[in-house]
Formats: sequence, structure tokens, C-alpha cells
Amino acid sequence: MVDLSVAIGDLRLKNPIMPASGTFSEELAEVFDLERLGAHVTKTITRDWRDGNTLPRVCEVNGSMLNSIGIPSKGVGSFLEKVVPFYQRYATPLVVSISGNTEEEFATLCREVSVDGVDAIEVNISCPNIEEDGKAFAIRPSSTHKVMRALRAATDLPLWAKLTPNTGETSEVASAAEEGGADALVVANTILSMAIDIQTRKPKLGNLMGGLSGPSLKPIALRMAYQCARATKIPVIGCGGIATAEDVIEYLIAGASAVQVGTATFIHPTAMVTIIDELEAYLQAQGLSSVRDLIGTIVDDGQDEAVVFMEAAP
Amino acid sequence: MMDLKETPAPAGEKDVFKSFELALAVKSNDPVNGEYHRLVLEAPEYLLARCQAGQFFHLLCPTANGETPYLRRPMSIYGFYPQKGELHFLYKLAGAGTRALASLTQGDRLNVLGPLGVPFTIEDGWQNLVLVARGVGLATLAPLALEARRLGRKMTAICSARHPDYLMSVDYFRELGADVITLTDAEGTSGVDNLERVIEELIAGGRADAFYTCGSNRILKLLQTIGARHGLPGQIALEQQMACGIGMCHCCVRTFQRGDKLLQLRVCREGPVFDMMEAVAW
Repeated sequence: MVDLSVAIGDLRLKNPIMPASGTFSEELAEVFDLERLGAHVTKTITRDWRDGNTLPRVCEVNGSMLNSIGIPSKGVGSFLEKVVPFYQRYATPLVVSISGNTEEEFATLCREVSVDGVDAIEVNISCPNIEEDGKAFAIRPSSTHKVMRALRAATDLPLWAKLTPNTGETSEVASAAEEGGADALVVANTILSMAIDIQTRKPKLGNLMGGLSGPSLKPIALRMAYQCARATKIPVIGCGGIATAEDVIEYLIAGASAVQVGTATFIHPTAMVTIIDELEAYLQAQGLSSVRDLIGTIVDDGQDEAVVFMEAAP
Repeated sequence: MMDLKETPAPAGEKDVFKSFELALAVKSNDPVNGEYHRLVLEAPEYLLARCQAGQFFHLLCPTANGETPYLRRPMSIYGFYPQKGELHFLYKLAGAGTRALASLTQGDRLNVLGPLGVPFTIEDGWQNLVLVARGVGLATLAPLALEARRLGRKMTAICSARHPDYLMSVDYFRELGADVITLTDAEGTSGVDNLERVIEELIAGGRADAFYTCGSNRILKLLQTIGARHGLPGQIALEQQMACGIGMCHCCVRTFQRGDKLLQLRVCREGPVFDMMEAVAW
């Protein structure tokens, strides 16, 4: 038997595969046994009711998709009453994803979801900070540090900071999150994109722009996961374009301690289970006793300059 | 990995889960007339036993003609036959997804996810059912007609299309004992005024306890007006662009009026079948 378990700080996961926020919900329990997963990660909630964005909210591009759903949310009350109890029937750790438009709102929500049954809080700091210029907290190191300090003061639960690829300062933002009190980094959210229907000349999304996810995001998110793993001492959870066990292995080698599977679940709802089985088979075939033997094993000969070059590239 | 391989549900799972991701073999995939194709898949009994009229499957279209549709495509069930082991879909060539479906031939495998969504219901007091649909929309109502016959209900199927040649499922509805009324653009009988007249006659004759429809905005508005006028209920199967099909992504919402509140509901999860009076015309 190979050991698939990994540790994200003090939190032990039976395997490194968990869903990405927004691509998972209670309904998936009607398709496979959710107890198979390393963790459960809920769709981002806000404190108050949100309707979500204008339709169309999704469109496909070659081999990937764009979305601008707009975080429809029933608010924190409904979440604590209905969603948290649902997941308490599972032994699998529950990670709650939250978002806020101001530091204060974010921290308040963080305090409110710090309840029994919640094992970690994923803070979606890729959302706009309306107190500054509407740019996401995680675009800049300074706003990242500030919001993480506020969140850290609001809870004793592990805090996972979900970073955005819409920044030119990946390593600096990662370090700022670590210094601000993050226990782990989720790398990364979707990258801002757009698509236009050439017949109607209209944007294909009701919100004009949206986040790219799926296989074409993978090289970008993988690069970021690598940078974050090098820049910090806290665990990195890779996220972006993972659809196969090979993708997972690549992220682990780059330095991720676990991964999140997102859009692949829309294509194959059982993708995460298939990936867990194939990861185990791979380790067996390679004669590795633990999945942890893969983490951070990239053969990069310490090429610091390559990272510097990438950061400087336009 | 995760191509169109055989993925039988492990022992035990068949009893626990509501929906399954399976690669089913194609038995046939033939044009029905100029615009429509009928796809027949070989399906296991446990899958077919779970299907209900009005539900849909989410189909992973194959790569064809240099096109690879990335997201699945939702498609309502045209027929499910546990004894024959068959699952049927009726589709109209419309975009990359349906073009890819049309490329499937006998023995190919198609990855399906389902059954999904809320089915039609036939309440005890509804003895005389009126089915109204246009074009390929009739496909969605076909399994409902089968269920209505099983329950011994009387049925009138009002089938509307551009041209008599494109009237789908008329013979099928007749076989099931429905009175069939055909309306076509070519004959000038498919206008809203004429449809209203036809339905009012049915109501006057005591032959309309409930309505079932799908797809058409024009028909929905008319049925809502008639339903309000006579206090008659109805159900509508709605379509919407989908990504996950299960309820995770919230991309397929539509607006509904419940009391004085406007609600956003997911077509994949709270639907695709909704209370006809609550649907907001688009």
C-alpha cells in the first residue's frame, strides 16, 4: 500500500486531491462518494445575499472555459444552517471559502464561519477590494498583507489564501500572505480573459470579461505554484487546469503539497476519484511508498535567475 | 486517461447514486428527417430504471470535423426502455455539439452523465392532459406521453412545426392514444390566435385539466394567459446553456416569479421542469 496522505500545516489529508471552490457542491454526492476526497472545499460565500452576474455566465473556448458567475450567495446564515451540517456527515475535512469587498466585512465573515465542523478557511483574496481601487487584494503585496493581518486576527482556524494570476508580483504577494499570517497558499484562481462572438460582435459573457479555467490555465498556474513554493515556507496547494494524475504529479514536483481540481469536474464529475486511483497506481508503479516523496522534487539546479527573468518578463 | 472507456458502476454504487457517468455504446444514430436525428444508446437497466419523463442527460460530445466541444451538452430524454435496454435522444443539428453527435456510428461510445434534473409530474386529479410543443420540443414530451398512457390518462397533443414534413413524433403520440392536433406555418394554422382557439375548445369540452409544454416563449405566454383565465395548472421544461449540469456552477439560472418574489433558479437542478405559471417569459 502506498501512502497518499499529505499535511497542510496541522491539517492531515488522506490524499492530496480536493475540489476547487465553485466547482463542487452537495449535489455531487449523488454521483460519487465524497468521502474519497482529501478535503471538501465549498463555493465562495459572501456575508450577504448576492444574485450573481448577467447571463451568459459561461462560455467555452478551445479546450477550456471562461466564467463570470459573480458569486451568487445566499449569505452566511443560510450557509451555517444548511451547508456546514451537510458536510458534517463526512470525516473528510471541510474547507470553507469566503470573500469580502472590504477588510472589515471579510474579517467579520471569517469570524462568523469559524465554527465547529469547519477545519480551515480559504480566503478568496482574488476578489475586488472596493476600499482601494477595485483591484483584487492579491494583486499587490501591500493589500495582501493588510487583509491577511485582519483575517488572521479574526480566527484561530487555518487560513488558506487563494491567490490570483492577475498579478505581476507573484512571489512578493505570496511572501506578503505568509507574513500576514496565511497557513497555506492556494495557487491560483482564474485569469482574466474575454471572448467575442464574431457574428454578433458581442462579448460571449454577460459580464464582458471572466476567468479562464481548464487545461490552458495549467502552465500559468503551475509556474505560479512553483514560484510560491520557492518564495515561502508554507504549503502550496496547486490549482489550475488539473484534469489527470499526470497534472497532479507535475504540480507536486513543482512544490505543491496538494492540489485542487476544478473545471475537470464539469467535464467528468468523477474526475477526482479517477485521479486518486491513478495517482496511487502511479506511485506503486514507480516504487514510491509515499506521495510526499514527490513534493518539491523538481530538478531545477537552483536556477534563481530564471525566476527573476520570468518576473521581469512583460 | 478518462477517454471514452467502459466505466461500469462498481457493485453497491448502483443503489446509492442518482446519476452516473457512463460510456454507452451507440446502437444507431440516424436522420429522422431533414433536420432531426435519433440517437439510440445501449444502456444498463439500473440507469434506465432511474430515468423519468422530463429529465435530461449531459452528453460529452466527441471530437469531430476538427471541432472539440469542451463542455458537455444537456439533452432531454426522448425515450427510455428498460426492457430493450435503450436510451433515446432526438436532436436537431444546431452547433458544434450536435454536429459532433451526428458523427457517431454504431459501436462508438458516448460518455453520458445522468439522469439529471426534476421530472414532469402528473397529479392524480389531472385526467385530461394537453401537451403543446413546437418542433424538436416534442421530443421532451414524448416520454411524458408514455407515462400518461401507463397511468391511463387522456391526452391531446398539439404539435406545431414549420412544415408538415417536420412534425415530429405525431405517429408516436397517436400510437399512445393521444388525440393529435397538428398546426403548421406552411398551412397557416400555427399562429397564436389559432392555437388559443384550439385550446379554448378543448377546455370548453372538458378535455384540459393540465398543460405540458417546453421551449417556446410564445406558447408559454399563451398558456400562462389561458391558465390564469381558467385557473388551470401546467408544467414547462426549460432549456438553458449549462456547464456542470449538476448544480455546482450556477451558470444556467432563469428568473421565476413566486408570489411577489422574483427568484433565480438553476435549470439543471430546480428544473428543467418548472411550474408553468412561475416561469418568466424571456
